[in-house]
Amino acid sequence: MRKKKKVESVNVKGFGKKSNIFFNILIALVAFSCVFPFLFVIVISLTSEQSLVHNGYQLIPQEWSLDGYRYLYTMKDKLLQALFITVFVTIFGTLVNVTFTSTYAYAISRPTFKYRRFFTLFALVTMLFSAGMVPSYIVMTNMLHLKDTIWALILPMALSPFNIIVMRTFFRRSVPDAIIESAKIDGAGELRTFIQIVLPLAVPGIATISLFAALAYWNDWFNALLYIQSDNLVPLQYLLMKIQNNIDYMTKNAAMSAALSGVGGSIPKEATRMAMVVISTLPIAASYPFFQRYFVSGLTIGGVKE
Amino acid sequence: MKKNRTKTLKQNLPLLLMALPGAAWLIIFFYIPVFGNVVAFKDFHLSPNGFLDSLRTSPWVGWNNFKFLFSSSDAFIITRNTVLYNVTFIILNLLLAVTIAVVLSELRSKRMIKIYQTSMLLPYFLSWIIISYFLYAFLSPEQGLFNAIITKGGGEAIDWYTTSKYWPYILIFMGVWKGIGYNSIIYFASIMGIDPTYYEAAEVDGANKWQQIRHVTIPQLVPLITILTILAVGNIFKADFGLFFQLPKNSGALYNVTAVLDTYVYNGLTSTGDLGMAAAAGLYQSVVGCILLVGTNLIVRRFDKGSALF
Repeated sequence: MRKKKKVESVNVKGFGKKSNIFFNILIALVAFSCVFPFLFVIVISLTSEQSLVHNGYQLIPQEWSLDGYRYLYTMKDKLLQALFITVFVTIFGTLVNVTFTSTYAYAISRPTFKYRRFFTLFALVTMLFSAGMVPSYIVMTNMLHLKDTIWALILPMALSPFNIIVMRTFFRRSVPDAIIESAKIDGAGELRTFIQIVLPLAVPGIATISLFAALAYWNDWFNALLYIQSDNLVPLQYLLMKIQNNIDYMTKNAAMSAALSGVGGSIPKEATRMAMVVISTLPIAASYPFFQRYFVSGLTIGGVKE
Repeated sequence: MKKNRTKTLKQNLPLLLMALPGAAWLIIFFYIPVFGNVVAFKDFHLSPNGFLDSLRTSPWVGWNNFKFLFSSSDAFIITRNTVLYNVTFIILNLLLAVTIAVVLSELRSKRMIKIYQTSMLLPYFLSWIIISYFLYAFLSPEQGLFNAIITKGGGEAIDWYTTSKYWPYILIFMGVWKGIGYNSIIYFASIMGIDPTYYEAAEVDGANKWQQIRHVTIPQLVPLITILTILAVGNIFKADFGLFFQLPKNSGALYNVTAVLDTYVYNGLTSTGDLGMAAAAGLYQSVVGCILLVGTNLIVRRFDKGSALF
């Protein structure tokens, strides 16, 4: 009754032709919805202020213009300062984070480490219970007195317990004990073994946690919101947040006259704001497709047990 | 005996030193704040002479902060919002992420799969600030795309940022939208790891695509689904602060549907300045969250030890 199928010739994974087209369209719509807002914001940033005031945000604007970007250029001091803070915090923070995380993870991954169970639990407890925003705030400001310093942007994220577990698993899987033992027999100390033998083998894992950390630092606005008051410590994301409701925050210190002469009398507020969104999104949008594979591999090596 | 102990210590010293920076961080940024939660039982005021002095000079008030919190209608609203949003997210994220992962895994063109995944991951990599600008492009009362479409169709423009009835849907949509690429990629990676011989066997037995998905793919995903769901249920008292704070622009008219535990604690900390009260709300959140996480895990352990988290 049932037709016999030639199994070898069938593509076992994959839809039939018709359903393949149908599901392609479906997923394409979802995927497009994820990039569409970004494209839309790019268009808005390239629209002339006149057009924005009269017609609102349009998918195809009546009049294109680069005024938003031109105006941004006049405020470049403030922007560059924010960019500098963000880049510094991202690079330095990621370095600290990866150092703390990987050394801790290595220690608790070694079966010869006598206090391994204690330190594993010591890190794991953080996943069960959260300390809370208020006590953390009090410790930061009242105990460490780090309010309105660059450390307030770096230290709260200088360790990620989840990444410790990811790295511990990674060290166990990708660095055979025999290699570490033989390095020891050759007379290398723990630290030397770690730096010269273990780290090179763990590059994919290190890349993954660096990525997680760098992304967290680049996108962080919460610590700035809580702790930062000085204008010259404002990171990019927080600057964006400040100008969201009040573009005057930007214009306050910018050289007004220069700006006004540059764009013919009026400040292109809307376009400028969106231009800034584009500028601060571009580095991520342009680079994440390349580091995506580390990200994906990082998701699959985590796992608390073992 | 004592000599023995010094010997062990000496042997373990290098690794101990390597764990030290991380351990110091955990003490300062986790364990001290955990014990700092005692401020929830105090009428707390910051003293310029440091943390210990603040603790010493602030009087104990027992459970008063909690009594006050739970006697106001706020406690109910923020708990309801937090839990309902999270339950919705758990269900929708699970259904959509698994569906998309399964569909992706069955598509024929490897290149298109890559393109779709990369596109879907974009929102995940952006901050809520950026996303709130994206949303504003659609919802801005004067210039937004939605109002332009509505008025063009003869309708009345909607003041989105003060009309609370739309926000549950907006927040749920945005929350799911931002995470969809990330959530589906986890399941996708797991599907890619399924032994292809299962599908060959199913094919030989005459199973169609739907039956293969139903009887091979889904059962293979169950352990992962369980783990991720336990984690999510354990976090049901934790809201994504950025989603609920940035997208509605902290608009007072929307508090009824947008206030969650985290935003409540933040607003308590920054605007009312009643640190004891804010800490009480935070402690309530942490304790219930912890009980939920341990509880769900215990239940799962009882049924299937292998799927439990710990």
